[in-house]
Amino acid sequence: MGPDVSWYIVLSALLFTIGSMGVLLRRSPLIVLLSLEIMLNSANLALIGFARHVGQTDGQVFALAVMAVAASEVVVGLGLIVALHRSNVELDVDKLTTLRG
Amino acid sequence: MGNVLVWLVWFVAAVGCLGSGVAVISFSNPFYSAIALIGNLASLAVLYLLLSAEFLAAAQVLVYAGAVMVMFLFVIAYIGRDADAPFAGGPSWMAIAAVVAAGVILVDVVIAIGLSAGGRLSDSADVEDAFGGPADVGEVFLTDHLLAFEITSIVLLVAAVGGVILGSEARKRAAAR
Repeated sequence: MGPDVSWYIVLSALLFTIGSMGVLLRRSPLIVLLSLEIMLNSANLALIGFARHVGQTDGQVFALAVMAVAASEVVVGLGLIVALHRSNVELDVDKLTTLRG
Repeated sequence: MGNVLVWLVWFVAAVGCLGSGVAVISFSNPFYSAIALIGNLASLAVLYLLLSAEFLAAAQVLVYAGAVMVMFLFVIAYIGRDADAPFAGGPSWMAIAAVVAAGVILVDVVIAIGLSAGGRLSDSADVEDAFGGPADVGEVFLTDHLLAFEITSIVLLVAAVGGVILGSEARKRAAAR
């Protein structure tokens, strides 16, 4: 037997913590997006770990849906970052205080 | 023997995962962060293989390490030097509060899982070889979870349209100025 599901869950929790620290500590929207990817992937790891644990594929299907949502989020987030850069706004999440263009 | 090998692969992948995750949030150059995230995603794909999720491991490498990260790297290259993000000064209580909040999340998850699932996590179900293959995943996705499949496609369509709108609006404004 290899490692059981609890090892994967602890690893997933550690990854989620690393990702949330990135979101909370960094000011660059690019690195915030990258940290969000880490958090989504840690959730995926937990889903796939539990899918293997109970022996049903549904968790893996949900992980696929999470991947699609992550890809959409990256498209919109990167579009926002490019739009901010083009209108000469400084790329700092603390300084983005208005939604008006 | 095969047992030891599985544990060895697991530990290498887990250490790779955590190390590259820390690297993502600590580099000041987003380009290096993105490269580190590719390592993170690749070691996660190894873990998916250990969990006999072959199709998702392949999708992880194709969709994430392939498509999404290329998009990231293009945007970082487009933004150029403005993308550099050194750790700003700011009040240190913010950083301390962030670390404490992240630690609380970790303890929370471990306690919640430990309390609710305590002794039942050690015996995994037996699965046949086809588990996690494309046929298995596809069959469940297109029968039991057909609504989720359709909603996923709509989400992707909305995101694509939104990306185009965001890009063309910014171009118009830049041209007007």
